[in-house]
Amino acid sequence: MNPFSSGTRLRDMIRAIRACKTAAEERAVVRKECAAIRAAINENDQDYRHRNLAKLMFIHMLGYPTHFGQMECLKLIASPGFPEKRIGYLGLMLLLDERQEVLMLVTNSVKQDLNHTNQYIVGLALCALGNICSAEMARDLAPEVERLLQFRDPNIRKKAALCSIRIIKKVPDLAENFINPVAALLKEKHHGVLITGIQLCTDLCKVSPEALEYFRKKCTDGLVRTLRDLVNSPYAPEYDIAGITDPFLHIRLLKLLRVLGQGDADASDAMNDILAQVATKTESNKNAGNAILYECVETIMSIEDNGGLRVLAINILGRFLSNRDNNIRYVALNMLMRAITVDAQAVQRHRSTILECVKDSDASIRKRALELVYLLVNESNVKPLTKELVDYLEVSDQDFKGDLTAKICSIIEKFSPEKIWYIDQMLKVLTEAGNFVKDEVWHALVVVISNASDLHGYTVRALFRALQTTAEQESLVRVAVWCIGEYGDLLVNNAGMLNVEDPITVTESDAVDVVESAIKRHASDLTTKSMALIALLKLSSRFPSCSGRIKDIVVQHKGSLVLELQQRSLEFNSIIEKHQNIRSALVERMPVLDEASFGGRRASSLPNTVSTSNGTAVKLPNGVAKPSAAPLVDLLDLSDDVPAPSSSGGDFLQDLLGVDLAPATQSEGTSQAPKAGTDVLLDLLSIGSNPAQDNSVSTPDILSSAQDHKPAIASLDVLAAPSLTQASSSTASNMMDLLDGFTPAPPKPANNGPAYPSIVAFESSSLRLTFNFSKQPGNPQTTTISGTFTNLSSNVFTDFVFQAAVPKFLQLHLDPASGNSLPASGNGTITQSLKVTNSQHGKKPLVMRLRIAYKVDGKDVLEEGQINNFPRDL
Amino acid sequence: MIRFILLQNRQGKTRLAKYYVPLEDSEKHKVEYEVHRLVVNRDPKFTNFVEFRTHKVIYRRYAGLFFSLCVDITDNELAYLECIHLFVEILDHFFSNVCELDLVFNFHKVLVLP
Repeated sequence: MNPFSSGTRLRDMIRAIRACKTAAEERAVVRKECAAIRAAINENDQDYRHRNLAKLMFIHMLGYPTHFGQMECLKLIASPGFPEKRIGYLGLMLLLDERQEVLMLVTNSVKQDLNHTNQYIVGLALCALGNICSAEMARDLAPEVERLLQFRDPNIRKKAALCSIRIIKKVPDLAENFINPVAALLKEKHHGVLITGIQLCTDLCKVSPEALEYFRKKCTDGLVRTLRDLVNSPYAPEYDIAGITDPFLHIRLLKLLRVLGQGDADASDAMNDILAQVATKTESNKNAGNAILYECVETIMSIEDNGGLRVLAINILGRFLSNRDNNIRYVALNMLMRAITVDAQAVQRHRSTILECVKDSDASIRKRALELVYLLVNESNVKPLTKELVDYLEVSDQDFKGDLTAKICSIIEKFSPEKIWYIDQMLKVLTEAGNFVKDEVWHALVVVISNASDLHGYTVRALFRALQTTAEQESLVRVAVWCIGEYGDLLVNNAGMLNVEDPITVTESDAVDVVESAIKRHASDLTTKSMALIALLKLSSRFPSCSGRIKDIVVQHKGSLVLELQQRSLEFNSIIEKHQNIRSALVERMPVLDEASFGGRRASSLPNTVSTSNGTAVKLPNGVAKPSAAPLVDLLDLSDDVPAPSSSGGDFLQDLLGVDLAPATQSEGTSQAPKAGTDVLLDLLSIGSNPAQDNSVSTPDILSSAQDHKPAIASLDVLAAPSLTQASSSTASNMMDLLDGFTPAPPKPANNGPAYPSIVAFESSSLRLTFNFSKQPGNPQTTTISGTFTNLSSNVFTDFVFQAAVPKFLQLHLDPASGNSLPASGNGTITQSLKVTNSQHGKKPLVMRLRIAYKVDGKDVLEEGQINNFPRDL
Repeated sequence: MIRFILLQNRQGKTRLAKYYVPLEDSEKHKVEYEVHRLVVNRDPKFTNFVEFRTHKVIYRRYAGLFFSLCVDITDNELAYLECIHLFVEILDHFFSNVCELDLVFNFHKVLVLP
């Protein structure tokens, strides 16, 4: 016999498949088998149908497509025999899910089966229904299932209860029907039915608040009694697991009590005794016992406050924490996180254990413990906790370091009692794990440093020392380079020593060495190098003796392939060489950054755009420039608005030279490569035209329309005026170019309506019509057009009539013309005024059809045309 | 709420899969693959609970088979561990000293159980 005919027994097929050595072989076998099955289906083979379906299910489990078997399932379900029905329902559950439409066809069969006399068949149907019924099926069959909830056989009742759970999940409206039968179920003796009844009850309460009320009033006592009996019951062999009678029932009861007791004081009172009893009596050396205790603790935490119980619960959790079994510890950590909101004091007691858990080898436990520690930190214990965490940072794994660093940084930031401690800790973190520290964090550090003016000396020395030891961490290098640049003189003079410090001697060249090595390091990225360059500039002013050497270093980057570095190098070089007189003014101490406004920086921050100089008119949206500029702008306090992520030479200028610009004008930047020194040069070249300089530096704020437009207009005026020096006009043109990139329309002065260009509406060999537009300021939809007709030919036109037609969304009103005779060759014109109202203003432009009739030498001439070139925003 | 039950061997073949939430076939395969990867690499010293997407997977290893249960975040994990053990004991009783092959050849009987 052909081994692959439909006569193959299931076992043989499985054996054949397992005997295949390669995937290709297996696929071949499966394909043959599927073909045989398909043939059998087509022939409507009765005998082997269930066998075929079983084979199909196996194939499905292996992962092959088996849609052709779905109708077979239906036929099998419809057949009268039990084995067929069983396989049919099984196939239904496996091969279909609730989203398939085929399911609808089954509804009738299922209904009949639910009413069958054979209770096993009823059971089958209930099972299948419980697994995959859809909302419509649920609605249809709910009354049957309800009836079955009171069936005589407990197994059927159990299955019916399970099915009902699914029904009310799918169709919550039907929940009311089930309330009464469920109340009866809760009094069952049979554990199976009881468990399912309780689960049904729990779900009912979740779905419908009336059910919740009902059960709360009527059934709480009953449930408490049941639980008590259960706890006190003697050894019952059929329900025993590890010495405890039916822990599953325990757990479900506790869960239901939790749902009932949540938010309701009376119910909670009723439960207190039994909860206490469960908590104390249950043995915890076995997993089952622990499971019950866990559920009990969760219930205690959720119901209304009862001090004694809560203490009990937290003690249990403490015991869990010191358990050797990882599972238990994990569970305890989870629960403690929830308990903290309730009673933080008690949890603090277990702090040391929790800290131990942070160092555990198991990743899940570590993560949980870390989160818990984070929640536990407050002002009193922040110092020792942070110390522990930072120590651990040194030995933790790479993947954990990221999380740990982030948490430590936020702890430090939130709870630091004094600045010096903050700086210390951050330095430690940076030394260990600077690469994981996010940008905002070290920016914040810089802000704090600049604010703590008495600590400047201390900070810069500490950073110097740190850099000596390790130079691997990028963020550390960046912060150090910035500080050395700013406070280099403090470093060398050992100024502002605190008594906890050891004196170190640092010469100027040492400081320059350090910064130079930062630049030269291969691993330094763009931000670091740029920061180092500007630090060198600052140092060249503070340490004049090293100026030459610094210049050499800076010049090395003249030919750098990276635009940012090249630009900085060139500019700084020229400052060092040619502009010593202003250099010291340029690189004075940064003003203290306002922490509050720094903290508030977010999406509203607008970067400044700065125009270029040296002929390098760069308008590139330069993503590279952004990070390098970030530190600078963050450090620069813009007058009111929050600092922005790309630098502005303009504000640099303001701060340094004390220029006071009244509105904080900024403009949107797709960041140009911003440079610090550029406006210096601008300023240099346009010295003497102070207002122009101010305005040329301030760029109009396109986005804040609430602001006064005057400076913007002023700057535009200034830009237009030819009296500016060359540099500022190049600035101007660049800025105009900038502006073009953003919003097309410049801000409008409030007096007249905007000006629209006039158009030549119609032109033929003998006639030209020009339109001039104007709008009333308050009425954007109506345009007044003044049309001018010019005669291009050498004949006079007489009886000149102009007609116009417009589409439906426009309204046209023609005023009488100034005359109807048009002199020749443009010696005179006829003007006519039209008013057009555009009901689709902004959406559709104006269009118009013309007809012009006139007489030339007694002959009639007619000209027609269409005007399409109206300005778009009329 | 249980989302699915998976029985997988160490090589990643799924011996039994019962889903209580609707999923496409391709999604089911993805899920089975991911759960297997997650579970097979865990040290026995680690906890039996892993986070998986937005749910939890509670697993236990019996000989060469991994029994994995995917549940909601808020469920009691220890109770489900007991469930798994109960299931294994039932299988044992049903097949008298069950082994993996029993499950393979009699999958249709096993499927009715959970």
